[in-house]
Amino acid sequence: MTDHTVVLRNVSKIYRQNSLAVHALTDINLDIPKQDFACLSGPSGSGKSTLLNLIGGLDKPSSGEISVDGQRVDQLGKSELAQLRLRKIGFVFQAYNLIPVLNARENVEFVMQLQGMAADERGDKAMQILKEVGLEGLENRRPGELSGGQQQRVAVARAIVSEPSLVLADEPTANLDSKTATALMEMLVHMNQEHHVTFIFSTHDKLVMDFSRRLIQLRDGKIVEDLRQS
Amino acid sequence: MIQMPLVVTLAWRNLWRHKRRTIMILFAFALGAWSMVVIAAISRGSMEQQLNNAILNLVGHIQLHAPGYRDDPVIDHRFPPPGDALRAVLEADGIRVWASRIRVPAVVASERESAGVTLVGIEPERERGLSFIPESITDGRYLQSSDDPGLLLGRKLAEKLETGLGRRVVLLTQDPKNRLADRGFRVVGIFDTQPQQMEEAYVFVGHSTARQMLKLDDTTSEIALVTLDRDRLGPLLERLRAAAPDLDVAPWTEVEPLLVLTQKITDAILLIWYVIVFAAMSFGLINTLLMAVFERTREFGLFQALGMPPRHILGQVLVESLILLLLALALGNLLSAATLAALHDGIDLSSVAQGMELVGVAPVIYPAWALNDTLVANSLVFVLGLAASLYPAWRAARHVPMEAITRT
Repeated sequence: MTDHTVVLRNVSKIYRQNSLAVHALTDINLDIPKQDFACLSGPSGSGKSTLLNLIGGLDKPSSGEISVDGQRVDQLGKSELAQLRLRKIGFVFQAYNLIPVLNARENVEFVMQLQGMAADERGDKAMQILKEVGLEGLENRRPGELSGGQQQRVAVARAIVSEPSLVLADEPTANLDSKTATALMEMLVHMNQEHHVTFIFSTHDKLVMDFSRRLIQLRDGKIVEDLRQS
Repeated sequence: MIQMPLVVTLAWRNLWRHKRRTIMILFAFALGAWSMVVIAAISRGSMEQQLNNAILNLVGHIQLHAPGYRDDPVIDHRFPPPGDALRAVLEADGIRVWASRIRVPAVVASERESAGVTLVGIEPERERGLSFIPESITDGRYLQSSDDPGLLLGRKLAEKLETGLGRRVVLLTQDPKNRLADRGFRVVGIFDTQPQQMEEAYVFVGHSTARQMLKLDDTTSEIALVTLDRDRLGPLLERLRAAAPDLDVAPWTEVEPLLVLTQKITDAILLIWYVIVFAAMSFGLINTLLMAVFERTREFGLFQALGMPPRHILGQVLVESLILLLLALALGNLLSAATLAALHDGIDLSSVAQGMELVGVAPVIYPAWALNDTLVANSLVFVLGLAASLYPAWRAARHVPMEAITRT
């Protein structure tokens, strides 16, 4: 089980709206091995984002078991989930979600600061990762002073700088032009190969699917196809 | 473990995200704190003046009488001059001035009118610093000795009796044997004082002169004294009671309980004022913080998604509030200090003074800053301000991280 970063067993998620039950996910079974580069795709409402949220511990399943790095996510409390996300999971959001009052370097340092890392060490790591994502010289700019692509690269740097086991990226290229999106995906592939980080994407974007080594197709809350591609 | 540098950095920067809003709430709080401190100083100053006036109006800090005198202030209730033990206490450190007085009810009559008064026989030099009399002679002269044959009359009473300086009046009272005691006096001085009822209520003659008129031996009705510290009378009262066990030794709080009540009412009004001002301020604070929290719902969700524990988020909002309150209190206290410095020479209310004199308030009020009032006002704003921030902070901490990942 521990050879896999993520394991889902019989996971279902039902949202209740008044008396109506909406089955967002039904009986999902999925294994994501370490250092995988997988993509969840499917039409809107197919359950991609819900699945990503459940894996990241941002939401609780209605039934079933979810493990990340051998730890049962579905059984953890609020504070334990926060600890799990802090230590093991990095997030990249569609809308970047940088902290507007912090500059690029401080945004990258944010998670390490929460982890209690010493100022010198986290400063060095932040500068190193910003250099890797091509943002050297822009470290003192706040999010409002950066382009969409630059913000997304800061978000990626923030997600991977603390070397999590797993990075969950929800529509990471949605707001980027194709050139910037390609550069971003190349960077993530590099991170996957060099830093051995497991990536799971949720996307509509063909470009992201092309970069992924595994394509998991969802429809109406069920996995309809799980393909490995070279 | 809470990462305080991170929490403080986020709180400080978030506070200045909406500069105008922060400055407005800062000034609202500063003005609230300012009003608390300044109004407390004005009330305290006014109260202090009332108290000092009352003490100078023949009350003093402590009075000694024969038992029963305070219930029935007649000539029968008198006592011999202080013995060695009592005199030693009266002459000791801590007592600024003391004097004997004879006080009896009497009737004063001019050739036209008469009025009921209290006749007070005083030791003129000993009354300096003890009562208002030496400083309030506006026409004529003050009594020169204990056996001065003259009489001091209040201006109001002189008007009522249709008499004046240099004219003669007759005093009638009873001696200890219940015989009529009367004597003619020349008015040698007219006094003005506040409240004006005092001008109608008392006439003053020399102590020996009064004793002669009343055919008294060396007994007296009252010893009044003023100490160096009005608020710490306990040990002195004990010494006086030990030295004069047969006398009724009463502090000003017992002689004039109305003054104590007025002081308590002033304190209660101030507290009510504090609460009203704070209530108005707290709505502003809660509103500002709630707005800030609602605006940052996505951020708080994001913080949790990135692994920030809810207590950090709670702490962040509370630290924002803490910074805001500390800045506002610093500004409010600075404004208060500047205002009180500007009002150092007093607030002249002479245009409405007549009405105010009736309730014993002087026409010029000198604000009296008290550390205790400032500490109470600051503590109230600080503690209740933080308590009012708990709700917005709790709202912030209970956001679910889902909102961050789903909102665009």
